[in-house]
Amino acid sequence: MTTGLDTPVLSRREWLLSDRPASRLQAQLGRAYMVWLRFSANRLALAGLGIILMLIVVALFADVLAPHNPVQGDLRNARLLPPGTGSYLLGTDDQGRDILSRLIHGSRLTLAVVVLVAIIAAPLGLLVGTVSGYAGGWVDAVLMRITDIFLAFPKLVLALAFVAALGPGIENAILAIALTSWPPYARMARAETLGVRHSDYIAAVRLMGASPFRIVLRHVMPMCLSSLIVRVTLDMAGIILTAAGLGFLGLGAQPPLPEWGAMIASGRRFILDQWWVATMPGIAILIVSLGFNLLGDGLRDALDPREAGQ
Amino acid sequence: MTVTTTSPSLPPGRKHRKTEKILLDIGRFLVVLVTTYLGLLAVTFFIGRVIPIDPVLAVLGDRAPASAIARVREEMGLDLPLWQQFFLYVRQILSGDFGTSVLTTNPVLTDIARVFPATLELATFGTVIGTLLGIPLGVLAAVKRGTLIDQLVRLVGLVGYSVPIFWLALLSLLLFYAKLGWVAFPGRIDIVYEYTFTPITQIFLLDALLQRQWDVAWDVFRHIVLPGSLLGYFSMAYISRMTRSFMLNELAQEYVVAARAKGLSESRIIWSHALRNAAVPLVTVIALSYAGLLEGSVLTETVFSWPGLGLYITNSLQSADMNAVLGSTLAIGSAFIALNLLSDLLYRTLDPRTRTR
Repeated sequence: MTTGLDTPVLSRREWLLSDRPASRLQAQLGRAYMVWLRFSANRLALAGLGIILMLIVVALFADVLAPHNPVQGDLRNARLLPPGTGSYLLGTDDQGRDILSRLIHGSRLTLAVVVLVAIIAAPLGLLVGTVSGYAGGWVDAVLMRITDIFLAFPKLVLALAFVAALGPGIENAILAIALTSWPPYARMARAETLGVRHSDYIAAVRLMGASPFRIVLRHVMPMCLSSLIVRVTLDMAGIILTAAGLGFLGLGAQPPLPEWGAMIASGRRFILDQWWVATMPGIAILIVSLGFNLLGDGLRDALDPREAGQ
Repeated sequence: MTVTTTSPSLPPGRKHRKTEKILLDIGRFLVVLVTTYLGLLAVTFFIGRVIPIDPVLAVLGDRAPASAIARVREEMGLDLPLWQQFFLYVRQILSGDFGTSVLTTNPVLTDIARVFPATLELATFGTVIGTLLGIPLGVLAAVKRGTLIDQLVRLVGLVGYSVPIFWLALLSLLLFYAKLGWVAFPGRIDIVYEYTFTPITQIFLLDALLQRQWDVAWDVFRHIVLPGSLLGYFSMAYISRMTRSFMLNELAQEYVVAARAKGLSESRIIWSHALRNAAVPLVTVIALSYAGLLEGSVLTETVFSWPGLGLYITNSLQSADMNAVLGSTLAIGSAFIALNLLSDLLYRTLDPRTRTR
């Protein structure tokens, strides 16, 4: 180890926070560390992150964690047992299935909905927004008019109509939600694009002969990512609620899939005497949506200090 | 032209430019209105005519006689190219023909006209509650920023953003109807009054009060209070959050410092100076939340058996009644577009800064 005078040994923290990064990697890691410092100072945001990490872990290890079979219950001995009976921590439903196990397996569906909607809607919105903002002119006018038209639609009702035509099922529900949730991303990406469009670095890249395609893909889109991530995270709760609503109306996941919204619907008949059947899935939805909202708020404050506290 | 009758304050050229600008604004407004509406029609057309493999079956069901299928196929113009079909569809919708509901056998438009007032009443009730609670709470949170009150308001709002409305509706029904017996259920009005009470405007609460039928009004109130308050809670979550944000923005402005330096009382600065400026964007927020409640009522109405547009949609969905579903989608979409444009117009008229641009 050489500890010369001109190369002092830096602690990892100092290396990350250095204002003269020696490499691109160091600069990027340093910036991520700054965001993390701001993020982790917010206790509620950490709680949100914890909830979402829990959701992912539970979804990944559902087979190991669930104490009972989520689809097949004990019809003879275990119908509508209250919480805490025997090994049924949250009680059982009308088909003798353990509610906790169904919730654990249902987390996979929730996670799938959220991830798939994000994968479809966010790139679509990003593409429309950046192209619109960078191209300008009539391309911009047409694309933004289409975006505004979609923005003026009622999301849930449109998703309902889509699913009604496509047929009920979780895939169609995901498609319907994705098709109605891209417009805000497009607007946001366009606003960000307009902000960087005339900046010097774009002019420099253009002078070097980069094609518009390359400029948009490599130099404009990355600038939109952080606000896009915040926005998508904040929208996750709404997506979960819409999916649960579709499930509640019988248009989302079909039985015997343990989708949380559909579980509430099936518990509706017993709400007076067996309150837990409908109550437990609702608590699960509430916790996960709350987690996404807290995480989104925290990310917004950490990534964009200008808006912090607003 | 009006250019010749100039007012003394404006030179003729400027006045001319002003009328031109207003005409341009109206033109832009019409373009927005027409394209948005055409977009809505294109989507419902796509859902109703392009996605189904056989739209006739979707409309008539699979037990219709062959003659009826052939007739409807011709009426819908299914042998024509797609753009001509769309043109026919638009003409049909514009003439008020939304098709016939399979479930009720009425024209869909008649059904919608019958059930819409119930939804309107519910959404209005919710918006009034949301506005009356949301604005003071938001102002309070902004003024007491960072204190316990601020955190509480934020928590109430966060839960409002995160809770499934139909679940909360079920639980509140369990508590306030089944356990405590404070509210009435189901529907809008007790069956006892259904035949003796003749509503005029179809907004039951208003009708009963106007006719001085206090017992009916009380019954209607007992029916609406729970679903209305639930919608009001969601509206409040949104309005209080936005109010807080707008107020924080205003309170950081220099005119607030100036007003403080002049020695104005803090309550006067907050309520009559800052809030008045925050009120302009708030109008937009309230209009949007109203539109949100029109839509949010779909799930609430299902739980409360509230005979409005939302229950009509879900009932039609159960029986795959596409005409009714798409007709209701158009109705709610139109209300959405109207409210969006209205909030935009209000914003322009209320905020003088947007006019000069």
